[in-house]
Amino acid sequence: VAQRGKVRTRAVEAVGSVADGASIVVGGFGDRGIPYALLDALCDSGAKGLTVVSINAGAGRSGVARLISERRVERLVCSFPRTAGSVAFEEAWRERRIALELLPMGTLVARLQAAASGLAAVYSPVGAGTALAEGRETREFDGRAHVLETALRPDLALLRADRGDEYGNLGYRGTDRNLNPIAARAARRAVAQVDHLTPEPLAPETVETPGVYVERLVSFASEFAS
Amino acid sequence: MIGAARRLAADLPSGALVNLGRGLPTLVADVLPEDRGVVLQSENGLIGLARLASDADPDPTVTDASKRPVGLRPGAALMDLAASFDMIRSGRIDIAVLGAFEVSIAGDLANHVSNDPEFPPAVGGAMDLAAGARAVWVLMRHADKDGRPKMRERLDLPVTARGVVRRVYTDKATFWIEPEGVRQVWPVHGRRSGVDHE
Repeated sequence: VAQRGKVRTRAVEAVGSVADGASIVVGGFGDRGIPYALLDALCDSGAKGLTVVSINAGAGRSGVARLISERRVERLVCSFPRTAGSVAFEEAWRERRIALELLPMGTLVARLQAAASGLAAVYSPVGAGTALAEGRETREFDGRAHVLETALRPDLALLRADRGDEYGNLGYRGTDRNLNPIAARAARRAVAQVDHLTPEPLAPETVETPGVYVERLVSFASEFAS
Repeated sequence: MIGAARRLAADLPSGALVNLGRGLPTLVADVLPEDRGVVLQSENGLIGLARLASDADPDPTVTDASKRPVGLRPGAALMDLAASFDMIRSGRIDIAVLGAFEVSIAGDLANHVSNDPEFPPAVGGAMDLAAGARAVWVLMRHADKDGRPKMRERLDLPVTARGVVRRVYTDKATFWIEPEGVRQVWPVHGRRSGVDHE
């Protein structure tokens, strides 16, 4: 079942063609586990009107922040957009040129997880009774209000992993896993940037994202950022 | 604030699994003695967080939720965000220590939207932690930048979670929020229905 030959030499070939208006989930938390090379390739591709799903909104002018700066992002589905250095998002927010769907972090993850699990929606107690749940379908379970959260299935996932093989199998380091494994399983297709391309297949027990989820991958040294 | 962080750290029960939120709560890790038997969870996917020694050579791939490089205690485990938030929602965290813009005397928490309209909102894991942790303790400055106490009769800001805060540690006092009302336990002041502010 596993297919070989997924390795590309350039990020732009790995990302492939992305339609205007596509939705893209981006791995990463803070400044860890972010596929900067793939985000640059996406930006260079010229795609616009994008919906980006990510934990943060990037810092400086790199990564998701570059996409926002260059006005490619119409809508941001995000949990913690305001961080040290989130100047690109803050500008776009003040100028009212980006729509923000603010989600509790676990809810953002749970909606991706629903898509990954083939479920249409899940009920969650998180956020019930707050403005974030206003106007949403709510139901009581065990005497507690739960909000209906629909599955989030992005068109494309951009991933960052420590290591990968030619079958697309991936492994992560430290806290760089973060959103990457669930993004891979939730999106219609996924592309990975790896720090190390291993000449031998990864040991099956160490595969954290099976290659069947990964369409293509590209290798960049870990020093590479923005 | 280090005094408040020390007071909070001293009150954490041995054996507790504790999540420290972004910002001020991360101070608790700096003052928590290793032999207390408290296990720290970080929402970005880490159980068994340890403060780095000042002369340590950090592994840049291991960070806390505030992007600071951290160490791993023996027995530590790493996971992705799906596992981390499954753990948070399903009641495995004994105590979540969160920062706050305001806390009401009924234990309502406001920590995701500030009163500055130019300042975009950010929620992070606060709502998940407030809904899923067995108890929420707040570590915050006593007063806002205009000198107004941040503990209020009622919240002015949008609510992050209702009736979840059990303890509040500030640079001036420690409060326990109980069904009978708010009790100032440090400096010792007795029980009262509201909060006095000097």
